[in-house]
Amino acid sequence: MAPLLQVVTLVREDLLSVGDITLRAGECIALRGASGAGKSLLLRALVDLDPNEGEVYLEGVERQQMSASAWRRKVAYLPAESGWWAPQVLPHMSDKAGAEALLATMKLPPDALAWHVSRLSTGERQRLAMIRALIEEPRVLLLDEPTAALDQAASAAVEALLLDLLSRERAIILVTHDAAQAERLAGRTLHMNKGRLTADAAA
Amino acid sequence: MTGAIPLSWLDLSLAAGLMLAAALLSLLLQLGITRSFLVAAARMTIQLLLIGQVLTWLFAQRSLWLTLAAGCIMLLVAGYEIRSRQERRLTGGWTYYLGTGTLTLSCSLVLFLALTTQIGPDPWYDPRYAIPLFGMILGNCLTGIALGLNSLIARLEDDRRGIEAQLLLGANRWQALRPSLRHALRSGFMPIVNSMAATGVVALPGMMTGQILAGADPTEAVRYQLLVMFLIAGATSFGVIGAVMTTAWRVTDRRDRLRLDRLRQQ
Repeated sequence: MAPLLQVVTLVREDLLSVGDITLRAGECIALRGASGAGKSLLLRALVDLDPNEGEVYLEGVERQQMSASAWRRKVAYLPAESGWWAPQVLPHMSDKAGAEALLATMKLPPDALAWHVSRLSTGERQRLAMIRALIEEPRVLLLDEPTAALDQAASAAVEALLLDLLSRERAIILVTHDAAQAERLAGRTLHMNKGRLTADAAA
Repeated sequence: MTGAIPLSWLDLSLAAGLMLAAALLSLLLQLGITRSFLVAAARMTIQLLLIGQVLTWLFAQRSLWLTLAAGCIMLLVAGYEIRSRQERRLTGGWTYYLGTGTLTLSCSLVLFLALTTQIGPDPWYDPRYAIPLFGMILGNCLTGIALGLNSLIARLEDDRRGIEAQLLLGANRWQALRPSLRHALRSGFMPIVNSMAATGVVALPGMMTGQILAGADPTEAVRYQLLVMFLIAGATSFGVIGAVMTTAWRVTDRRDRLRLDRLRQQ
């Protein structure tokens, strides 16, 4: 079976140079390294948000063979700080019913879609941004510190949701500073330093 | 037409005396603008006297090539003006090329149409009509383009996260930029919309006033003013839309990325 996501090479000038990452369906890889090690650069390059060169396949199809928007619908990147473009939460959701169905799972009240973006707490933003991405049904999730601003209960709810996604043939690359979280979710950990992968410590 | 009452140099010096009185007043009040006031006045006087000589000569030649050359110089200066009014410019001179390019296309097209179909001087390129009309169209169009581009770039920088969030959810570059484009186009259109709405109520346009002073019948002058306003509105719309859209195209790329790296570092 072809791996879900396969990175043969991925290079951005002299900032980033990685290769040989294979992500199978149902697998989660933790990506760790000090701040500025290039973790976010790697995720941005994977979704083709910055100019980069490389060879990346999703289920055997090369990235350049599909439009950037089609690629990003299948490989979703959630930055540590989410962006919003309308005053209210609802217009950011492409599927209202789908979003409502996820609110309880994320420990958010049912009226959260009517909230104003400017009044959201960091943790609320983080969870609503995840809902917004999940209703597009991506195959691969690239998550940058998805539970950084969450309390323990919300954090546990998000982790449970991620485990459920993994059991349904999705795959995740997870940037986290929390070693215990990496342990709970990821099968293995990649370490980064100065834009390069340094070791692949199998769990 | 009865023709304008000729002004003597004495008449002009009397009027200039008023201005000198104003300069003296600002000196007494220590406003600190006396120097720039006088320099600006001197510049204006010299520039206008010179352009009077140039226009007299140009009008007498009635040459297609000389008229075209004058038009080209005006375009280059206007393009430079757009560029210098930008807080942040594109790298590689793109702001100048896109600004001057869209300005040239929209203003030349509108002027050519007006000269050949509506005003119809003989020959159609008669500089007495072509040059002043071109100047008025160009001046307004360049203000619109400069404002539109400035607000587009400012908006893209402010909304960077929001635009990238849309791209990440699978929007293409035009969908993600739509709110910024609308905002930029509105700013570019604002001056012409405002001046159309205020014309005739708050202010009598300079061109119309000039024609009336020169002895033209007011209804005749109004008709000319309307024609000029329509030409300006048309050229400004095409120019603003063209410049804003091409700049938006330049700060994004085919893989639907926002390329703020194509802006010059401040």
